[in-house]
Amino acid sequence: MSVLQQVLANKEAEVLSAWIAEQASDRTLQKGGSKSDALKEQSAELLGALREGVQQGNGEDIQAPGWTRTREILTDISAHLIKRGLTPAEVATFVFSLKRPLFQLVQTATAKTPEVLANELWTTNQLLDRLGLFITEVALESREKTISRQQTEMLELSTPVVKLWDGILALPLIGTLDSERTQIVMENLLQEIVRTGAGLAIIDITGVPTVDTLVAQHLLKTVAAARLMGAECIISGIRPQIASTIVHLGVDLGDVSTKATLADAFAVALRKLHLMVARMPHSGTSTE
Amino acid sequence: MTGKGEILPLRASEDVVIVRQRVRALAAQEGLKLVDQTKIVTAASELARNTVIYGRDGTALLEAVEAGGRRGVRLTFEDRGPGIADLQLAMKDGYTTGGGLGLGLSGSKRLCNEFEIESKVGVGTRVTITRWR
Repeated sequence: MSVLQQVLANKEAEVLSAWIAEQASDRTLQKGGSKSDALKEQSAELLGALREGVQQGNGEDIQAPGWTRTREILTDISAHLIKRGLTPAEVATFVFSLKRPLFQLVQTATAKTPEVLANELWTTNQLLDRLGLFITEVALESREKTISRQQTEMLELSTPVVKLWDGILALPLIGTLDSERTQIVMENLLQEIVRTGAGLAIIDITGVPTVDTLVAQHLLKTVAAARLMGAECIISGIRPQIASTIVHLGVDLGDVSTKATLADAFAVALRKLHLMVARMPHSGTSTE
Repeated sequence: MTGKGEILPLRASEDVVIVRQRVRALAAQEGLKLVDQTKIVTAASELARNTVIYGRDGTALLEAVEAGGRRGVRLTFEDRGPGIADLQLAMKDGYTTGGGLGLGLSGSKRLCNEFEIESKVGVGTRVTITRWR
């Protein structure tokens, strides 16, 4: 039986209390909730799993089946710490904080045999390093997953085509129009034009902070494509500073009709469809 | 006459977004009017994108400047790309080698008070623009 096995088997409670004290004094781990019961419970569980893992005798190969439980608990802990706002490197400190308590007990147990001590410390150190790397990897993976999920969500969220009236669509654009998003915006609009048979589409750029030549080019292409499908576009939400900038840039919006606000553009669209908005009779008595 | 500067990398299109945000913040801090803020941000967007697309190892230097009692924002875009062989042609409205509108360089010049471009084939390109308050 290795010294590490003995320590984990006989002195588990001692290791745990020393570890929890270590965690509580670490500022990074305090941010991760080291004083909360949830993390204490998970620490206890992890120590248990570690004991079993070491007993199975798989040594340092933490991908071996004997370490399955340990890997599962580490994955849970990583998710917990990432949620509390820790970076993957900070998440690793959770595992490394076990080093001191464990080393101390291994040292006490082998104090009389220095050559065993060196050996045991080396194995313990390697094991904890591997577990630290594992939890970092898991943390990085979950962060990447979050980022790619957010990107997908942004692509979907930011490009809704809304129907304002029979035959009138609106596309409120928000944020940076990088080429990937613009492509989707364009396709969405064209698809909706086909699906609804709308003859008018209002592209509102109130929420686009910068209109440079690339954005202008994308807008012009969208307008041209819509026109090929028999729909006319009106660009609205052109603020004074944007108008002035477009002129200085030298972008020719040509025969694309533009309006300052979405309301103006909607009024133009209604007029083109020979529709009018009228006040209801007897409106003096009702606010409806 | 130069204040403290900030250097930002320009390697991918995401970097262009960051440059725009930092330039907007600096221009607002230096007291530029909204129209002038928008102009310098748009010029920065054009030049930063040029650096990303055509240049290599590009950087943007953002500085708050002061001269003769005037305050302003100066931006320097530098890259180690192939350089521009014919600057006169590159500055012409509508000329592009990249499929854009061909208004980036000439348009940026019109959006700023001062515009300087230096380029050496095989060495790189440097564009410096200033917008005064």
